[in-house]
Amino acid sequence: MKLDNIYQEEKKSNFAKVAEIIITMASRPSGFIGLSILIFHVVLAFISPYIAPYDFKAINPTLMLQAPSAEYWFGTDDLGRDVFTRTILGGRTALTITFFGSLIALLWGGLLGIFCGLVGGKTDDIVMRIVDAFLSIPWILAMLLIVSLLGTSTEVLIPALGFFYGKGIVRVARAATHDVIAKDFIVSARARGHSNFSIIWNEIIPNVRDAILVEGAMRWSWMLLGFSSLSFLGFGVSPPTPDWGLMISNARGLMSFAYWSVIAPIVGLSSLIIGINLTADAFAKALGIDRSTKAPV
Amino acid sequence: MTEIIQKVKNLSIGFKSKKGEEILILRNITTNIKKGETVGIVGESGSGKSTLALAMMGYVKHGLYTIGGECEFNSSNLLKMKNRDLEKIRGRKIAMIPQNAGQALTPNLKIGYQIDEALQLHSDLKEEEREQKISELLNKVRLPSPETIALRYPHELSGGQQQRVAVAMALAGTPDLLLLDEPTTGLDVTTQAHVLELLNFIAKDTGTSMVYVSHDLGAIAQVSDRIIVMYSGEIVLEGPSRDILKRPIHPYTHGLLKSIPKLSLAGLPESMPGSQPQPGIIQGGCSFFDRCNFSEEKCKNNSPQLEYLKELNTRVRCFNYEKLLKESQINQNVKKIKNNSKDKEILNLSEVSISYAKQKLLDQIFNRISDDNPTVKDININIKKGETIALVGESGSGKSTILKSIAGLLRTKDGFIRFEERRNLSSDLKERDPNDLRIIQLIFQNPDESLNPNHTVEEIIAQPLKLYFGLKGKELKKNIIDLLQKVRLGEFYMSRYPRQLSGGEKQRVAVARAFAAKPDIILCDEVTSALDVSVQAAVLNLLQQLKEDFGTTYIFVSHDLAVVRAISDRVAVLYQGRLCEVGPSNHVYKFPSHPYTEVLLGAVLEPDPDIKPKLVAEDIVEERPPEKGCSFQGRCSRIVGDICKKEIPPWQLTDSGNAIRCHIPIKELQKEQF
Ligand SMILES: Nc1ncnc2c1ncn2[C@@H]1O[C@H](COP(=O)(O)OP(=O)(O)OP(=O)(O)O)[C@@H](O)[C@H]1O
Ligand code: SF4
Ligand code: SF4
Ligand SMILES: [Mg+2]
Repeated sequence: MKLDNIYQEEKKSNFAKVAEIIITMASRPSGFIGLSILIFHVVLAFISPYIAPYDFKAINPTLMLQAPSAEYWFGTDDLGRDVFTRTILGGRTALTITFFGSLIALLWGGLLGIFCGLVGGKTDDIVMRIVDAFLSIPWILAMLLIVSLLGTSTEVLIPALGFFYGKGIVRVARAATHDVIAKDFIVSARARGHSNFSIIWNEIIPNVRDAILVEGAMRWSWMLLGFSSLSFLGFGVSPPTPDWGLMISNARGLMSFAYWSVIAPIVGLSSLIIGINLTADAFAKALGIDRSTKAPV
Repeated sequence: MTEIIQKVKNLSIGFKSKKGEEILILRNITTNIKKGETVGIVGESGSGKSTLALAMMGYVKHGLYTIGGECEFNSSNLLKMKNRDLEKIRGRKIAMIPQNAGQALTPNLKIGYQIDEALQLHSDLKEEEREQKISELLNKVRLPSPETIALRYPHELSGGQQQRVAVAMALAGTPDLLLLDEPTTGLDVTTQAHVLELLNFIAKDTGTSMVYVSHDLGAIAQVSDRIIVMYSGEIVLEGPSRDILKRPIHPYTHGLLKSIPKLSLAGLPESMPGSQPQPGIIQGGCSFFDRCNFSEEKCKNNSPQLEYLKELNTRVRCFNYEKLLKESQINQNVKKIKNNSKDKEILNLSEVSISYAKQKLLDQIFNRISDDNPTVKDININIKKGETIALVGESGSGKSTILKSIAGLLRTKDGFIRFEERRNLSSDLKERDPNDLRIIQLIFQNPDESLNPNHTVEEIIAQPLKLYFGLKGKELKKNIIDLLQKVRLGEFYMSRYPRQLSGGEKQRVAVARAFAAKPDIILCDEVTSALDVSVQAAVLNLLQQLKEDFGTTYIFVSHDLAVVRAISDRVAVLYQGRLCEVGPSNHVYKFPSHPYTEVLLGAVLEPDPDIKPKLVAEDIVEERPPEKGCSFQGRCSRIVGDICKKEIPPWQLTDSGNAIRCHIPIKELQKEQF
């Protein structure tokens, strides 16, 4: 029994590290399921325009509210559009907008959090108060306000969502930085006279990166839910673009006699959220992070 | 024959590695604990001593599992017992005091209430009786005025007092067996001596059996009747305390005792090579083989069995114990350190005061510090090039604070720090130029904290080389390899991460990083405190060697007076941020000395059952230095009266060049108190 290799581990390339993390994630049943769902959705988002059997906006009054059949797998909606086509296309906008929204949230939340954790003291207090004050406004009201003032274009939605979902990341990044900052290696770097930039880049970021990324992944699923709620309320994407939130909203009145038109988008949305959640969870476990934030579902 | 209360039989505990291999933490442990005896279990970190102690109360840590064997208590196997039945035993029959037990007290509940809870849980006393019992217990652990202590919250007690409360709670159920896991580690020297004395008293008074787990042979020596030495998950030596400490017949214990610095011996002890193998790495043969001075060819492939020697009542696991049996006692060889100090002054601290007080807004605006009673005050030390000066004192005496100010990490309130008689170093880090920063480097206590876990050894050592000398590419690499060689690490360590290194190796990397800057002065803050005893001597020897090679000056902070004795040329004793005594180490360690130095020296624990600590002053902890008079007045047993409370004592010089700050004339101080 020789375990020397544990201690002889070589420095790995970044690619190898990422691969190892993904393998660790997939080695857990929940991680495997999460990753599969997520990958399925992402792949679908890319290829759906090419595989969609019908035109998503082709209205056909003669085909209104058809039950699922060999021709229309998921049936048709109240305007006679193919529900299957609309469902596989319906995740594209949500995924894209929330993905970039999460990136923005990661960026500003992470940087501001690290900054606050690093400088500490009064500046930290003041900045955190401002962030708290801004975000104590119910986000949905604020979003509605922004959207009604600036419109529902992607250029508005992405930064607006990114801003509102960055708060949790600020907190996590700040707490992680606080933990790191007290360590002697930071004191040591300071005593040597490294610049603040060098300390953030070389000493802090490598140690807080994992926690921030995990939080970002969690925020992504929250943001999906939030974005879909906006669409549901009619403030997300505008018709006739297929979108799950919008589809659920349109079809909810038909629930009792045309359940198919609402089931499909619900399954699409919830499976994606669950997929992201499970993935984020497995990601946290693979990195050895104890996550306290709760998942939205 | 005395009754046996705990029988450990062929106990093996381990875990499954990621690859599914079974890795043993404890290997086939068999031993008995008799009624009324105190057994010390000693070993370095990772030797399995805590796992064994926990198993003795039927507890196996999460992730570990019992592979075989049993722990028998009252003729039932604790490791097979149901949780419900274990609960009846834990706290009542077997109690445990973990490390930092004091800090484990619930912060928002009064002491009396917490003891009462323990009594409700672990005894059948009625309410009226319990009240009586609480003050009885507090009395037993010698806390002053039990009635008022019971009404206090944990944070209102000192570390030593908290530990006493923990002992009182453990005694609530009148246990037959008390397990103590490093109960005094982390406490101050003086406090430690007091707590050990209390434990001795309790053992005698109540007849409770104790199992005392520690890495510190000094502490073990004070309390145990019998000692078990663990190495790599095995018992390697077990026998009566005195024999083990005076005539250890196992090479590991022998080497260990030789490598511990002693107060009575100035100079660096021999170091033991290497480090304990990680669990799972041991193949066939003796697990101590790599580090053993007595090894032979047969040790490599055959594992020695634990052999019982009747005449010595000792069990030993070694083929060659007879060689050691012949040695009548340990011959400790120490290497006298050369005093390399030149006459040239390198650093001068003059009237330095440092304050942590939160500054008022007005003072903040004018960027000044006002505090009448700063944490550190009036520090005057003149440090010569090439010398090693040690700062000693209890926790909170301001040792680290002074180092931080020298490094520029903390602003001084008054005074100046002058380098090489030429220029004053700014007290603000930002105003120091890169060269000022380069000449002073720091080495910290805990290498786990001082090395970035996400950097490889190469990246860690490259930092100062890039920053100060702008090295790149081949040249950078060559320099790193050179430095690694100087700290006796091979080139292949470059690609490792700190988590893949042992404690001693990590500290070597930290040393290499400090030397990479080619500094004139290195500030060492408790650099060996976090290391295992067997590794400590090696790091001290390395530091000494490097110093001789490079002519570096060390400012060495430590609470361990024996370590200080081994490595320093000069010692400065601090109490509450004020200097008490400064002088050449061989004189500070002799009379006459300052009353506080006397207290510190008296409390040193030596791994020798014949040298008992002398407990002079109370182990109270003062929050703030007194406003007026001598800083030590609160605890001084020789206090001469009002003058000590009103006037700052004068510096007095002894014939040997020792400066003592006390109102008692030197002649008086000369008279030894004990
Ligand atoms: N950041 C801080 N803010 C306020 N007070 C502090 C701070 N750091 C230390 N102190 C106080 O200053 C005093 C000196 O602390 P310092 O850390 O220098 O002691 P030390 O001698 O190094 O002790 P130890 O042996 O425990 O390391 C203590 O009373 C401590 O409580
Ligand atoms: S068995 Fe051999 S290697 Fe092991 S301790 Fe004894 S002499 Fe040393
Ligand atoms: S000055 Fe007084 S209180 Fe201070 S050490 Fe001397 S005798 Fe004790
Ligand atoms: Mg300190």
